[in-house]
Amino acid sequence: MKLDTSGLESTAPFFGSSHELNDGFSAVPSFEIPDTIDFDGFQKEAVQMVKPAKGTTTLAFIFKEGVMVAADSRASMGGYISSQSVKKIIEINPYMLGTMAGGAADCQFWHRNLGIKCRLHELANKSRISVTGASKLLANILFSYRGMGLSVGTMIAGWDETGPGLYYVDSEGGRLKGTRFSVGSGSPYAYGVLDNGYRYDMSIEEAAELARRAIYHATFRDAASGGVASVYYVGPNGWKKLSGDDVGELHYEYYPVLPSTVEQEMVEVAAA
Amino acid sequence: MECVFGLVGEGFAVVAADTSAVHSILVHKSNEDKIMVLDSHKLIAASGEPGDRVQFTEYIQKNVALYQFRNGIPLTTAAAANFTRGELATALRKNPYSVNILLAGYDKETGPALYYIDYIATLHKVDKGAFGYGSYFSLSTMDRHYHSRMSVEEAIDLVDKCIVEIRSRLVVAPPNFVIKIVDKDGAREYAWRETVKDSIASSA
Repeated sequence: MKLDTSGLESTAPFFGSSHELNDGFSAVPSFEIPDTIDFDGFQKEAVQMVKPAKGTTTLAFIFKEGVMVAADSRASMGGYISSQSVKKIIEINPYMLGTMAGGAADCQFWHRNLGIKCRLHELANKSRISVTGASKLLANILFSYRGMGLSVGTMIAGWDETGPGLYYVDSEGGRLKGTRFSVGSGSPYAYGVLDNGYRYDMSIEEAAELARRAIYHATFRDAASGGVASVYYVGPNGWKKLSGDDVGELHYEYYPVLPSTVEQEMVEVAAA
Repeated sequence: MECVFGLVGEGFAVVAADTSAVHSILVHKSNEDKIMVLDSHKLIAASGEPGDRVQFTEYIQKNVALYQFRNGIPLTTAAAANFTRGELATALRKNPYSVNILLAGYDKETGPALYYIDYIATLHKVDKGAFGYGSYFSLSTMDRHYHSRMSVEEAIDLVDKCIVEIRSRLVVAPPNFVIKIVDKDGAREYAWRETVKDSIASSA
């Protein structure tokens, strides 16, 4: 019985450079490994490095008139703000939006890929794909890459035959259907404002103001969120961008500087 | 923090699970149904990583349905449990699924059954079982008050005792629970035990 001992062969020869062949033994196919003592730990570290990168605030909620989607626009690399104008709401197709949290490249690529798959579904089935279907497609793709370091925390919001739809999908493979979600480092702050002010019967203006306010408050407290608060609305005719306000300006709109009484004025001391 | 527990009574099996979908300190939703109806007379109550939980239980569900289509008869509870365990075991040393499962079912010939299947593919047929931090409180409660051939009222009473114990003693106790039951009439939702309601009742 022939045993497969290829696992026992070492990739590095005892002496000399790795290009020399020793005594006629054929070189085992090998690949470069990083210059660390602990290779398995290094892999884990690499994945962990990407994990806290969800420095953002995005939110979406379903209400009577449809779905409201909002996000900030700051990209940060540790303590450095690399951009204040990132588009975190991705237009998958004219009636579906995706939000970006986590790795920008991962989100942009996979949302674009999802858009392609949705279009193919339309062509193959002569009807639009549902939000349920689109989110499941994305969740299955992300699940198959789990453990490989993708960082995606996204919400798929859209309007299909069953009405408004909202799903949260992440790179761990989780997929949740819900009516209110917020994703990112600023999400707890956003939830605080969103949960309190939410009612199902809101008008579009009220819902937009709630979304804008929740993003603003999150950017106020979370260092990794800021820039511009964009608000999109998804209705029966597709999505529409409602507003994009700089959060610095919003701050002074909500909390204008009031003239305050001067308590004590410094006066010149008369020369003695 | 996910709590799943269940027990076998006279002619039925009941399972309860919490309904919180949690991500570190954040509760994404508190009405997530973690007890899947596997087929007409089987329930899978699963806890674990969110992606794994849904993907693995759906995979089992579809394969059980496929067996029924191909062979014209449904799988027994024991067969479904062994199949589930086999899939976990096969994946274990390559791409393990982090899912703990309580599989409850009713077969005409053998009656009700409960199977404990954990994430490293352990399989036990049990009268009562539990997973998660809640198991520290529910197992002893069940051990104390359980007797064989309990009626539905007695069993639900015991389930409620466990829920009360988890709520009062577990530091981050889930607010809501769902209870499902399986007996000769099939697998169905029995009740929800809610302390926090989402503002509009959205189905999972």
